[in-house]
Amino acid sequence: MTDPLSRVFAALADPTRRDIVARLTEQDATVGEIAAPYDVSLQAVSKHLKVLEEAGLVTRSRDAQRRPVHLEAEVFDLMTKWIERYRQQAEERFRRLDAVLADMNDDLEQPAEEGTAS
Amino acid sequence: MTTTNTTTRYAEAAIEADPNVPGVHIWRDFDATPEQLLRAHTDPELFVRWIGPNAVNSRIDQWDCRTLGSYRYVCEHDGVDHAFRGTFPEVSDNKIVQTFTYEGMPEAIALETMTFEDLGDGRTRLHGFSLCDSFEGRDGMLSSGMDVGVHEGYAKLDAMLADGAV
Repeated sequence: MTDPLSRVFAALADPTRRDIVARLTEQDATVGEIAAPYDVSLQAVSKHLKVLEEAGLVTRSRDAQRRPVHLEAEVFDLMTKWIERYRQQAEERFRRLDAVLADMNDDLEQPAEEGTAS
Repeated sequence: MTTTNTTTRYAEAAIEADPNVPGVHIWRDFDATPEQLLRAHTDPELFVRWIGPNAVNSRIDQWDCRTLGSYRYVCEHDGVDHAFRGTFPEVSDNKIVQTFTYEGMPEAIALETMTFEDLGDGRTRLHGFSLCDSFEGRDGMLSSGMDVGVHEGYAKLDAMLADGAV
Protein backbone atom coordinates (compact mmCIF):
# COMPACT_ATOMS: atom_id res chain seq x y z
CA MET A 1 0.00 0.00 0.00
CA THR A 2 2.25 2.76 -1.23
CA ASP A 3 0.17 5.47 -2.86
CA PRO A 4 -0.68 8.50 -0.73
CA LEU A 5 -4.46 8.31 -0.97
CA SER A 6 -4.55 4.73 0.19
CA ARG A 7 -2.38 5.62 3.16
CA VAL A 8 -4.93 8.29 4.07
CA PHE A 9 -7.85 5.90 3.64
CA ALA A 10 -6.09 3.30 5.75
CA ALA A 11 -5.22 5.87 8.41
CA LEU A 12 -8.83 7.00 8.63
CA ALA A 13 -10.22 3.46 8.73
CA ASP A 14 -9.53 3.22 12.46
CA PRO A 15 -12.19 4.72 14.78
CA THR A 16 -9.67 6.03 17.33
CA ARG A 17 -7.70 7.78 14.60
CA ARG A 18 -10.91 9.22 13.14
CA ASP A 19 -11.71 10.54 16.61
CA ILE A 20 -8.24 12.04 16.99
CA VAL A 21 -8.62 13.77 13.62
CA ALA A 22 -12.06 15.09 14.61
CA ARG A 23 -10.62 16.59 17.79
CA LEU A 24 -7.68 18.12 15.96
CA THR A 25 -10.08 19.97 13.63
CA GLU A 26 -10.79 22.20 16.64
CA GLN A 27 -7.24 22.96 17.71
CA ASP A 28 -3.69 21.65 17.88
CA ALA A 29 -2.95 19.42 20.85
CA THR A 30 -0.02 17.69 22.50
CA VAL A 31 0.24 13.90 22.64
CA GLY A 32 -0.71 14.02 26.31
CA GLU A 33 -3.80 16.11 25.60
CA ILE A 34 -4.80 13.80 22.78
CA ALA A 35 -4.33 10.71 24.94
CA ALA A 36 -6.25 12.03 27.97
CA PRO A 37 -9.80 10.90 27.05
CA TYR A 38 -8.73 7.43 25.92
CA ASP A 39 -8.22 4.38 28.07
CA VAL A 40 -4.99 3.51 26.30
CA SER A 41 -1.29 4.14 26.87
CA LEU A 42 0.57 7.17 25.58
CA GLN A 43 2.56 4.71 23.54
CA ALA A 44 -0.57 3.44 21.78
CA VAL A 45 -1.64 7.00 21.00
CA SER A 46 1.84 7.77 19.69
CA LYS A 47 1.50 4.83 17.34
CA HIS A 48 -1.82 6.16 16.02
CA LEU A 49 -0.23 9.58 15.54
CA LYS A 50 2.64 8.02 13.62
CA VAL A 51 0.17 6.43 11.19
CA LEU A 52 -1.61 9.76 10.75
CA GLU A 53 1.73 11.52 10.28
CA GLU A 54 2.91 9.04 7.66
CA ALA A 55 -0.34 9.55 5.77
CA GLY A 56 0.34 13.29 5.73
CA LEU A 57 -2.74 14.03 7.81
CA VAL A 58 -0.93 15.54 10.79
CA THR A 59 2.38 17.24 11.44
CA ARG A 60 4.30 18.04 14.61
CA SER A 61 5.78 21.43 15.09
CA ARG A 62 9.43 21.71 15.97
CA ASP A 63 8.65 23.44 19.24
CA ALA A 64 10.79 21.11 21.34
CA GLN A 65 8.87 21.55 24.56
CA ARG A 66 5.29 20.85 23.52
CA ARG A 67 5.52 19.49 19.98
CA PRO A 68 1.81 20.05 19.39
CA VAL A 69 0.12 17.93 16.72
CA HIS A 70 -1.41 19.89 13.87
CA LEU A 71 -4.07 18.63 11.45
CA GLU A 72 -3.31 19.18 7.76
CA ALA A 73 -6.85 20.16 6.93
CA GLU A 74 -6.21 20.46 3.19
CA VAL A 75 -5.27 16.79 2.84
CA PHE A 76 -8.19 15.75 5.00
CA ASP A 77 -10.62 17.89 2.99
CA LEU A 78 -9.41 16.49 -0.33
CA MET A 79 -10.13 12.93 0.80
CA THR A 80 -13.48 13.65 2.40
CA LYS A 81 -14.57 15.63 -0.67
CA TRP A 82 -13.81 12.70 -2.96
CA ILE A 83 -15.66 10.25 -0.76
CA GLU A 84 -18.61 12.58 -0.29
CA ARG A 85 -18.94 13.25 -4.02
CA TYR A 86 -18.87 9.51 -4.72
CA ARG A 87 -21.45 8.96 -1.99
CA GLN A 88 -23.73 11.64 -3.39
CA GLN A 89 -23.60 10.11 -6.85
CA ALA A 90 -24.51 6.73 -5.37
CA GLU A 91 -27.33 8.32 -3.37
CA GLU A 92 -28.73 9.98 -6.52
CA ARG A 93 -28.72 6.59 -8.24
CA PHE A 94 -30.44 4.96 -5.26
CA ARG A 95 -33.13 7.65 -5.23
CA ARG A 96 -33.95 6.78 -8.83
CA LEU A 97 -34.04 3.15 -7.68
CA ASP A 98 -36.43 4.18 -4.86
CA ALA A 99 -38.78 5.58 -7.52
CA VAL A 100 -38.59 2.41 -9.61
CA LEU A 101 -39.32 0.30 -6.52
CA ALA A 102 -42.28 2.53 -5.61
CA ASP A 103 -43.69 1.97 -9.11
CA MET A 104 -43.30 -1.77 -8.66
CA ASN A 105 -45.27 -1.50 -5.41
CA ASP A 106 -48.04 0.44 -7.15
CA ASP A 107 -48.27 -2.27 -9.79
CA LEU A 108 -48.60 -4.94 -7.14
CA GLU A 109 -50.96 -3.34 -4.69
CA GLN A 110 -54.67 -3.04 -5.08
CA PRO A 111 -56.03 0.23 -3.74
CA ALA A 112 -56.39 -1.34 -0.32
CA GLU A 113 -56.45 0.28 3.11
CA GLU A 114 -53.32 -1.28 4.46
CA GLY A 115 -49.66 -1.13 3.76
CA THR A 116 -49.06 1.47 1.13
CA ALA A 117 -45.36 1.97 0.75
CA SER A 118 -44.43 5.16 2.48
CA MET B 1 -18.70 1.13 10.98
CA THR B 2 -17.29 -1.77 9.01
CA THR B 3 -19.93 -4.21 10.17
CA THR B 4 -23.61 -3.77 9.62
CA ASN B 5 -26.07 -4.36 12.41
CA THR B 6 -29.80 -4.16 12.72
CA THR B 7 -29.87 -1.01 14.84
CA THR B 8 -28.09 1.07 12.22
CA ARG B 9 -30.34 2.52 9.54
CA TYR B 10 -29.04 3.56 6.16
CA ALA B 11 -31.77 5.93 4.97
CA GLU B 12 -29.02 7.46 2.82
CA ALA B 13 -26.07 5.78 1.18
CA ALA B 14 -23.05 5.20 3.43
CA ILE B 15 -19.61 4.64 1.91
CA GLU B 16 -16.45 3.21 3.36
CA ALA B 17 -13.10 2.56 1.73
CA ASP B 18 -11.89 -0.82 3.00
CA PRO B 19 -8.68 -0.43 5.03
CA ASN B 20 -7.19 -3.80 4.07
CA VAL B 21 -8.05 -4.47 0.44
CA PRO B 22 -8.65 -2.08 -2.50
CA GLY B 23 -12.39 -2.11 -2.14
CA VAL B 24 -15.30 0.16 -1.35
CA HIS B 25 -18.33 -0.75 0.75
CA ILE B 26 -21.71 0.86 0.29
CA TRP B 27 -24.89 0.44 2.33
CA ARG B 28 -28.42 1.64 1.66
CA ASP B 29 -31.85 0.61 2.97
CA PHE B 30 -34.86 0.43 0.65
CA ASP B 31 -38.63 0.30 1.15
CA ALA B 32 -38.89 -2.96 -0.74
CA THR B 33 -38.56 -6.70 -0.41
CA PRO B 34 -35.32 -8.48 -1.37
CA GLU B 35 -37.23 -9.95 -4.31
CA GLN B 36 -38.18 -6.49 -5.61
CA LEU B 37 -34.65 -5.19 -5.16
CA LEU B 38 -33.28 -8.19 -7.03
CA ARG B 39 -35.77 -7.65 -9.85
CA ALA B 40 -34.82 -3.95 -10.13
CA HIS B 41 -31.24 -5.15 -10.68
CA THR B 42 -31.91 -8.10 -12.99
CA ASP B 43 -34.78 -6.88 -15.20
CA PRO B 44 -33.14 -4.78 -17.96
CA GLU B 45 -36.19 -2.53 -18.41
CA LEU B 46 -36.19 -1.66 -14.72
CA PHE B 47 -32.40 -1.48 -14.43
CA VAL B 48 -31.99 1.01 -17.27
CA ARG B 49 -34.42 3.38 -15.56
CA TRP B 50 -32.15 4.05 -12.60
CA ILE B 51 -28.54 3.10 -13.35
CA GLY B 52 -27.29 6.11 -15.33
CA PRO B 53 -26.54 9.56 -13.95
CA ASN B 54 -29.38 12.08 -14.15
CA ALA B 55 -28.10 13.85 -17.24
CA VAL B 56 -27.49 10.64 -19.10
CA ASN B 57 -29.43 8.39 -21.45
CA SER B 58 -28.74 4.73 -20.75
CA ARG B 59 -29.49 1.84 -23.05
CA ILE B 60 -28.95 -1.87 -22.71
CA ASP B 61 -26.82 -3.39 -25.43
CA GLN B 62 -26.74 -6.92 -24.09
CA TRP B 63 -28.31 -8.47 -21.01
CA ASP B 64 -28.28 -11.97 -19.58
CA CYS B 65 -28.47 -11.50 -15.83
CA ARG B 66 -28.15 -15.03 -14.48
CA THR B 67 -25.28 -17.14 -13.22
CA LEU B 68 -22.58 -17.25 -15.95
CA GLY B 69 -24.41 -14.60 -17.98
CA SER B 70 -23.01 -11.29 -19.18
CA TYR B 71 -24.07 -7.70 -19.84
CA ARG B 72 -23.17 -4.52 -21.65
CA TYR B 73 -24.86 -1.15 -21.37
CA VAL B 74 -24.10 2.26 -22.78
CA CYS B 75 -24.53 5.65 -21.14
CA GLU B 76 -24.63 8.66 -23.42
CA HIS B 77 -23.35 11.91 -22.00
CA ASP B 78 -22.93 15.08 -24.07
CA GLY B 79 -23.12 13.04 -27.25
CA VAL B 80 -20.37 10.67 -26.13
CA ASP B 81 -21.06 7.00 -25.44
CA HIS B 82 -19.56 5.36 -22.36
CA ALA B 83 -19.94 1.59 -22.33
CA PHE B 84 -19.79 -0.73 -19.32
CA ARG B 85 -19.65 -4.49 -19.49
CA GLY B 86 -19.06 -7.58 -17.45
CA THR B 87 -20.11 -11.07 -16.53
CA PHE B 88 -22.25 -12.50 -13.74
CA PRO B 89 -20.35 -15.24 -11.85
CA GLU B 90 -23.35 -15.69 -9.58
CA VAL B 91 -26.95 -14.49 -9.41
CA SER B 92 -29.12 -15.90 -6.62
CA ASP B 93 -32.18 -14.82 -4.61
CA ASN B 94 -30.34 -12.35 -2.42
CA LYS B 95 -26.99 -11.88 -4.11
CA ILE B 96 -25.54 -10.67 -7.40
CA VAL B 97 -21.85 -11.06 -8.17
CA GLN B 98 -20.63 -9.32 -11.30
CA THR B 99 -17.46 -8.15 -12.93
CA PHE B 100 -17.51 -4.49 -13.92
CA THR B 101 -15.41 -2.80 -16.58
CA TYR B 102 -15.53 0.64 -18.11
CA GLU B 103 -14.59 0.06 -21.73
CA GLY B 104 -12.46 3.19 -21.70
CA MET B 105 -10.17 1.31 -19.27
CA PRO B 106 -10.78 -2.32 -20.18
CA GLU B 107 -7.81 -3.65 -18.20
CA ALA B 108 -9.28 -2.45 -14.89
CA ILE B 109 -11.84 -5.11 -14.01
CA ALA B 110 -13.61 -4.77 -10.68
CA LEU B 111 -15.53 -7.51 -8.89
CA GLU B 112 -18.81 -6.30 -7.40
CA THR B 113 -20.90 -8.19 -4.88
CA MET B 114 -24.35 -6.99 -3.96
CA THR B 115 -26.30 -8.64 -1.19
CA PHE B 116 -29.89 -7.92 -0.24
CA GLU B 117 -30.65 -8.46 3.43
CA ASP B 118 -34.29 -8.64 4.54
CA LEU B 119 -34.63 -6.31 7.55
CA GLY B 120 -37.97 -7.88 8.43
CA ASP B 121 -40.04 -4.67 8.41
CA GLY B 122 -40.73 -4.41 4.69
CA ARG B 123 -37.30 -2.96 4.17
CA THR B 124 -34.23 -4.44 2.61
CA ARG B 125 -30.59 -3.49 3.06
CA LEU B 126 -28.34 -3.40 0.04
CA HIS B 127 -24.67 -3.98 0.80
CA GLY B 128 -22.42 -3.49 -2.18
CA PHE B 129 -18.73 -4.28 -2.19
CA SER B 130 -16.57 -3.29 -5.17
CA LEU B 131 -13.15 -4.91 -5.22
CA CYS B 132 -10.73 -3.15 -7.57
CA ASP B 133 -7.55 -4.60 -9.02
CA SER B 134 -5.28 -2.13 -7.23
CA PHE B 135 -5.38 0.62 -4.62
CA GLU B 136 -4.76 3.11 -7.42
CA GLY B 137 -7.78 1.68 -9.25
CA ARG B 138 -9.90 2.05 -6.13
CA ASP B 139 -8.82 5.66 -5.70
CA GLY B 140 -9.58 6.27 -9.37
CA MET B 141 -13.07 4.87 -8.90
CA LEU B 142 -13.70 7.01 -5.82
CA SER B 143 -12.52 10.14 -7.59
CA SER B 144 -14.26 9.47 -10.90
CA GLY B 145 -16.80 12.14 -11.66
CA MET B 146 -14.85 14.62 -9.61
CA ASP B 147 -13.77 17.83 -11.28
CA VAL B 148 -10.34 16.94 -10.01
CA GLY B 149 -9.52 13.39 -11.07
CA VAL B 150 -7.19 11.03 -9.31
CA HIS B 151 -4.08 12.08 -11.21
CA GLU B 152 -4.69 15.76 -10.57
CA GLY B 153 -5.38 14.75 -6.99
CA TYR B 154 -2.01 13.01 -6.72
CA ALA B 155 -0.35 15.99 -8.39
CA LYS B 156 -1.98 18.30 -5.88
CA LEU B 157 -0.90 16.09 -3.01
CA ASP B 158 2.64 15.91 -4.43
CA ALA B 159 2.72 19.69 -4.65
CA MET B 160 1.51 19.99 -1.08
CA LEU B 161 4.20 17.56 0.06
CA ALA B 162 6.84 19.46 -1.92
CA ASP B 163 5.67 22.77 -0.45
CA GLY B 164 6.20 21.44 3.00
CA ALA B 165 2.50 22.05 3.58
CA VAL B 166 2.31 18.47 4.73
